[in-house]
Amino acid sequence: MSQLIDIAALEDIPPQGARVVRTPQGCVAVFRTADDRVFALDDRCPHKGGPLSEGIVHGTSVTCPLHNWVFDMATGQAQGADSGAVATHAVRVEGGRILLNHTVLAQRNTA
Amino acid sequence: MTRKLVVIGAGMASGRMLEHLFDQAPGQWDVTLFNAEPRGNYNRLMLSPVLSGDKTYDQIVTHDTDWYLAQGVTCRFGEAVVGIDRGARIVHGARGPVEYDALVIATGSAPFIIPLPGHKLPGVVAYRDLEDTNAMIEASRPGATAVVIGGGLLGLEAAAGMAARGAEVTVIHLMGHLMERQLDPAAGYLLQRDLEKRGIRIHCKGATKAILGTDRVEAVLLEDGTTYPADLVCMAVGIRPETRLANDAGLEVARGITVDDQMRTSDPAIFALGECVEHDGQLFGLVAPLYDQAKVLAATLAGTPAAFMPLQTATKLKVTGCDLFSAGDFAEGPGREDIVFRDPGRGIYKRLILEGDRLIGAVMYGDTADGPWFFDKIRSGADITADRDTLIFGPAFAGGAQADPLAAVAALPPEAEICGCNGVCKGTIVTAIQGGAATLDAVRGLTKASASCGTCTGLVEQVMALTLGDGFAANANPPMCKCTDHTHEDVRRLIKSMGLKTIPAVMQDLGWKTVGGCASCRPALNYYLIADWPLEYRDDRQSRFVNERNHANIQKDGTYSVVPRMWGGVTTSAELRAIADAVDRYAVPMIKVTGGQRIDLLGVRKEDLPAIWSDFNQAGMVSGHAYAKGLRTVKTCVGTDFCRFGTQDSTGLGIRLEKLLWGSWTPAKVKLGVSGCPRNCAEATCKDIGVVCVDSGFQISVAGAAGMDVRETVPLLTVETEDEVCDVISAFVQLYREQARYLHRIYKWVDKVGLDWAREQVADPATRAGLIERFRLSQTIYQTDPWAEHAARPDEWAPVADLRLRAAE
Ligand SMILES: Cc1cc2nc3c(=O)[nH]c(=O)nc-3n(C[C@H](O)[C@H](O)[C@H](O)COP(=O)(O)OP(=O)(O)OC[C@H]3O[C@@H](n4cnc5c(N)ncnc54)[C@H](O)[C@@H]3O)c2cc1C
Ligand code: SF4
Ligand code: FES
Repeated sequence: MSQLIDIAALEDIPPQGARVVRTPQGCVAVFRTADDRVFALDDRCPHKGGPLSEGIVHGTSVTCPLHNWVFDMATGQAQGADSGAVATHAVRVEGGRILLNHTVLAQRNTA
Repeated sequence: MTRKLVVIGAGMASGRMLEHLFDQAPGQWDVTLFNAEPRGNYNRLMLSPVLSGDKTYDQIVTHDTDWYLAQGVTCRFGEAVVGIDRGARIVHGARGPVEYDALVIATGSAPFIIPLPGHKLPGVVAYRDLEDTNAMIEASRPGATAVVIGGGLLGLEAAAGMAARGAEVTVIHLMGHLMERQLDPAAGYLLQRDLEKRGIRIHCKGATKAILGTDRVEAVLLEDGTTYPADLVCMAVGIRPETRLANDAGLEVARGITVDDQMRTSDPAIFALGECVEHDGQLFGLVAPLYDQAKVLAATLAGTPAAFMPLQTATKLKVTGCDLFSAGDFAEGPGREDIVFRDPGRGIYKRLILEGDRLIGAVMYGDTADGPWFFDKIRSGADITADRDTLIFGPAFAGGAQADPLAAVAALPPEAEICGCNGVCKGTIVTAIQGGAATLDAVRGLTKASASCGTCTGLVEQVMALTLGDGFAANANPPMCKCTDHTHEDVRRLIKSMGLKTIPAVMQDLGWKTVGGCASCRPALNYYLIADWPLEYRDDRQSRFVNERNHANIQKDGTYSVVPRMWGGVTTSAELRAIADAVDRYAVPMIKVTGGQRIDLLGVRKEDLPAIWSDFNQAGMVSGHAYAKGLRTVKTCVGTDFCRFGTQDSTGLGIRLEKLLWGSWTPAKVKLGVSGCPRNCAEATCKDIGVVCVDSGFQISVAGAAGMDVRETVPLLTVETEDEVCDVISAFVQLYREQARYLHRIYKWVDKVGLDWAREQVADPATRAGLIERFRLSQTIYQTDPWAEHAARPDEWAPVADLRLRAAE
């Protein structure tokens, strides 16, 4: 099974924005930073399930739109006083296309 | 025994290689050198000074025909190699074959030309060799126009060179800021500002659509319809390794010609070096590593063991007066941290990127003197933990001294200048403080220090802290957020006084301490810029809170609530029908009447938003802005038309006010109420602005609230006509828009500035007229229905991909 799935062009995500990918285990938010790095996180805030894809992206962090928890997109760890983490997924950009590692999702499916 | 060496390409890499080879192994090789350009070797880096007129071609030649002849090299300049016959070990030049024992391919790279319509017209050049440079020089007579496509290193050097010769130059850059690979938006902004000062026009986020012209280029057309006239178009959008010969000969080629540590290709008799190669997955676009390759290859050809190890490289922009240095890896990433230093007054920006205890990248603008020192730290991979606090200040502070931030100020002599705008020195400030000035305002009043641009406020406060010791309580007004030391008020003032018109400009010139701000300052800055520069500023969607970005209220389960505007709370059967249809079509789980007399559709899925908006637009309804820090509702009672008590047409006035004010962005939400008599059925006296109609006219009161705080409005003015009501309220709203800090509702702002002051402003005819005019101007831009705009682009609202099916396969 191929592990990297081509999900979109980099241009499909606005800089400092996010788009969502539907998976059998729920949505994954794919973020693009101001300097064109891409991160993928589960689209559910560990606090109360807020859609992280709708948060404000700053540097390599995103602030949840519901109650302002801040997550480091690289590690998924909540920042500052809050504790908790959101699952991250391997993602990379090649030739302008965004490739998402799908194995993790599939594994979770069988687990 | 002499063996035959053929070299293809007389560029910077092969020139250096031959130099080393003749030093190390004189007479060992009989060399034939091909070059497509009709000349020997010159310093390609120096084409930029040639373009700008600082140097001539003769000054940049490194190896001319005479040099090669003296070394016994057979030069075939102006002759391109057209093929390699590996079996027979023959290189075919355009004018005949040559045999080899060893072959070196050093063909450099080819500029990338975007195949836009018109790209073959005469007058379109790349920036690669002397011919291109001469074409640009010729086209750069004063008064001529030139367009450079690409705002990277090369494009900017081309632009600056042509501008220096008098041409009118425009740079079109696809990305949001210049040199985005090397710089962050703030540093890109500094660079842009410096280039604009030299008269170069910069158009970022510009996608070129076509190059126009009949016999030669005449203009460049962008996707957004802008055209720029051009006598010459320089495309500087990138390069790619020139691998055609290697490909045709069947050598292993990835992005570049694949070579091992000895610069050997997949054919042991063929070597390659320079920009045309790929080593360990890496390409090379700067000369420093090529020179290392040249050394290794010369040694290999001389029979001495050597191996190439790529090192980090550093870049400088060779545009006189734009001091830019970047080295290493400076992208953000997992486990990386930034140290950012900005000195707005001097236009300096420095950013260091740390990974663990090592420095891995550095970007500097404005003051690059410490560049080599940082570069050395990057290359050596030294542990910088001990120096971390002072690292960004460079070698002068190395060793961890200066930990106390006040120490630097304490060390300043009395004649040191603190406030540049007003020329106030430290001694003057100290004297004022010793004379009794105990607050910042007092010091400002007495000395003028920090009274103009205000960027030295922090310094002035430090002088106060030093002089007063514990007697000094720092400014009670806290900074905007952890990204800056400035208060909201300072930021608003500085945006206007310094003419800052973009978020990166604010962050740079006001010394932001983070790279991209945070979720708290970005929406505030976006609002301030919209309010202050309605014509020039372009809204930044990504700096908006989700509700405003999606023009609907987000609910706890991630669905949205949609509220169409219902002017003054009045609706029609047709609108109600359209709403009912939408409820069925999008399976809206709940319909609710809001406290502001509007109908709320709760539980709409994000991907349905564009469709539901479009349906409402077709039924003549627009967004109710129920999500906005802007005008929300004007609640009305029935007034004279039906009510037996009504003194005026409160419904009609409410509708009129809503049509006047809708669409305007404000620091926080704004709600109005209009009641037809003092019975106040519209509850106008607990709104941000309330109007109560009475027999003699209209009582306008402000600063009410019915949220976390419950407040009764206080009277502002009583006027006689509806027209005056509209004038006073639009002036008052504009005053609030211009003055208040983000997220402060009207009552908080009025508490701070005082109702009397606000009343004076709107009562004074001249001030009122100015406010109304500025409000009107802003409304010409912002009074538009956001739904219409976004309904036209539904794709952006849906998921980009759906992997549920793929996983099932
Ligand atoms: C304007 C400009 C400014 C630059 N500024 C900097 C800078 O500031 N710092 C920096 O580090 N780098 C800079 N560079 C990049 C640097 O010049 C290159 O990295 C370097 O020149 C590459 O060397 P090379 O020998 O691989 O290729 P080149 O120097 O490009 O030489 C290749 C030669 O091969 C010839 N050739 C190609 N195909 C054939 C063929 N089939 N037959 C015969 N001959 C052929 C070409 O005509 C060319 O003369 C700049 C480049 C340009 C164009
Ligand atoms: S406020 Fe006065 S005019 Fe309006 S509905 Fe009530 S009683 Fe009638
Ligand atoms: S749901 Fe994300 S912060 Fe509460």
